Amino acid sequence: MTPFNNPVLDNIIQELPKMTEDLRDYREIILANLAMLGETPAPTFKEERRVKFLLDRFTELGLSNASMDEVGNGIGVLEGTEAKRNILIVAHADTIGEHHANHNFTITPDEVIGHGVADNSLGIAVLASLPYIMQELGIKLKSNLILMGGTRSLGRGNLEGLRFFLANSKLPVHFGLCMEGVKLGRLSHSSIGMLRGDITCSIPEEYDFSRFGSSSAILTLNEVINKINDIRLPKRPKSSIVMGSISGGGTYNNIAKKAKLKFEIRSESGELTREIGNRFEEIVTESSSVHGDEVKLDIFARREPGGIPFSHPYVKCARTILSSLGVEPRLAPSISELAAFIDYEIPALTLGITAGDHLNENNERIEIEPMYKGIAQIIGTIKAIDGGCCEQD
Amino acid sequence: MEAAVNKISHWLKHNTFHHSDFWDLKKLVESKEEQGLTISLCLPTLNEETTIGKEIVLFKSELMNRYPLLDEIAVIDSGSTDKTIEVAQAFGADTYLADDILPGLEKKKGKGENLWKSIYQLKGDIIVFVDADIKNIHPRFAYGLIGPLIYRPEVKYVKGFYDRPLTLSNITRPSGGGRVTEILVRPLFSLFYPELTAIIQPLSGEYAVRREVVEGISFPIGYGVETSHLIDIYSQHGLEAFAQSDLDQRIHDNKSTRDLGKMSFGILQTFLTRSRDLGIFSDIKQYETVFRQFQATQNEYEALEFEIFEDERPPMNTIPEYRKKYGLD
Repeated sequence: MTPFNNPVLDNIIQELPKMTEDLRDYREIILANLAMLGETPAPTFKEERRVKFLLDRFTELGLSNASMDEVGNGIGVLEGTEAKRNILIVAHADTIGEHHANHNFTITPDEVIGHGVADNSLGIAVLASLPYIMQELGIKLKSNLILMGGTRSLGRGNLEGLRFFLANSKLPVHFGLCMEGVKLGRLSHSSIGMLRGDITCSIPEEYDFSRFGSSSAILTLNEVINKINDIRLPKRPKSSIVMGSISGGGTYNNIAKKAKLKFEIRSESGELTREIGNRFEEIVTESSSVHGDEVKLDIFARREPGGIPFSHPYVKCARTILSSLGVEPRLAPSISELAAFIDYEIPALTLGITAGDHLNENNERIEIEPMYKGIAQIIGTIKAIDGGCCEQD
Repeated sequence: MEAAVNKISHWLKHNTFHHSDFWDLKKLVESKEEQGLTISLCLPTLNEETTIGKEIVLFKSELMNRYPLLDEIAVIDSGSTDKTIEVAQAFGADTYLADDILPGLEKKKGKGENLWKSIYQLKGDIIVFVDADIKNIHPRFAYGLIGPLIYRPEVKYVKGFYDRPLTLSNITRPSGGGRVTEILVRPLFSLFYPELTAIIQPLSGEYAVRREVVEGISFPIGYGVETSHLIDIYSQHGLEAFAQSDLDQRIHDNKSTRDLGKMSFGILQTFLTRSRDLGIFSDIKQYETVFRQFQATQNEYEALEFEIFEDERPPMNTIPEYRKKYGLD
């Protein structure tokens, strides 16, 4: 009997320390991909240039079917020897925010700094580097490994790229693995319920001061926010309302004619998510009728809660691999790519690659040293799936 | 006059490239290996800790590990007080202090000094010089310059210029260099070396050159090094020895007008020295080496004086240590 009751997983675990060390030889390859991909602009819906670069990498390494699909996803297949199983490994190709001409990364011996480096330039860089690394390390899988840079993932993109692929792929996907730049130890196997949307308040262009109502779209939005704050959330199932961004007006001396709130409603319960969403609709309708201003609710992204259980062999393998690398697994639900896999009932996980911070700021940062364990974890997990360790009886 | 225009047009047509002409790195490496060439990349530095890491990572990954176009990557440093050397070493570049190369010679400071000493230190048949302060560094900054030297044996010196990414529109657009190029160097070249005006960015710090050519020219140690290269190689080999390559956009910190004044002062010194040696001005007097700028506090004006002397190193192939190392005697 082996320590993990599974000789295949036991072998993988034993290989991991050496693999972690061997990965240091590919530092320049990974960091060069990180810089070149991350410095190529890829705001949501405009990922084409970054995806083309990714496809060039796939083509150079002889991946089959390296191509861009109808929604711009970049896909390449590393064909397995038996091809009984198809593993889809995905990193979202889009980055939050608009790129500027001076969008550049700084690389030091310990870290890489720059907007979008963690979310998710590192994920897409590891995706671009994996075929090269696996080839150099002599790793040959039995399963087909489908590598995909997913487009239209963030914000209003609402995972459109991955959803399109899963709906239309001729290769049935048996396992999914989502890579995020940060943080190493992250292990998501379930998605929570989520509604994402905007509330916009507008006052007429020619404001009639004699009319009853607030004197600014900002004040109207403020009242909407106060009412949202009054919504009582239960302790169980865990739920939250995230007020992510607020904007409105433009100058000191003019009444703000427009104001916008970007929000997410999150809950472990799909029913409660919908209930809170209904409450938002009531608040918006009420505010609109009281003030006479135009208040609109636009919910454009939804996630249903779900996923594979904690006890699923896939989760067990990933936890075991992380623990063997000396990394404490941090289990947290996700609302990222995982949700699309869940909709198609495909067992999937989201894993983080390294340590980092200042997400979505200009000084966004990743650490280089933990990255080797992060990539070893990814390869180890792929090998565990390939070796049949993650199948449910 | 018409002949000069025709020559420039011909040269522009046949010797101006775009880095994308050399995208097939596999083919480029095969051709390099067939010719038995070795290629060295020289990065002259002085306090470049924020940009040097990425430059080395990209060149090493793309042009050594993936495609072995470069045989060595070397940092030649003027005495940085930041972590430039530490960062460069961490990413596996060979690092040298300019003062430690040819230690028997009198010590001098300047970018031109680093470039000159790199000819002794580096082993390549082709040496590629790339400034270390480029924020949007990309492998094209090296292979775009190396390509013409590999495919065109008669080309000896390839200069980088920065226009814009490939465009499909037919709109005519002005194309040229920075402020010092357009206000100083291009007018001077137009007056005395009209054919050299075809070089779009004569002051670009990115160029590749064959050893047999670079070892035979002298090096101003300061601002004038690029200008002197062009005049000297042109005088010895003519316009056909040059090619230029569009490397698209280059992002770096802009210098202030006052800094450009100092730069222009150094370039002018080099130009005057060359012109005297080449017989363009026969009776030029010894010139001043103090550059003056002024600053005002309320109604008081104060002169700021900067000693800028464009000292020069002789051709490397006249240095005994070099002749011994490369078996020239």
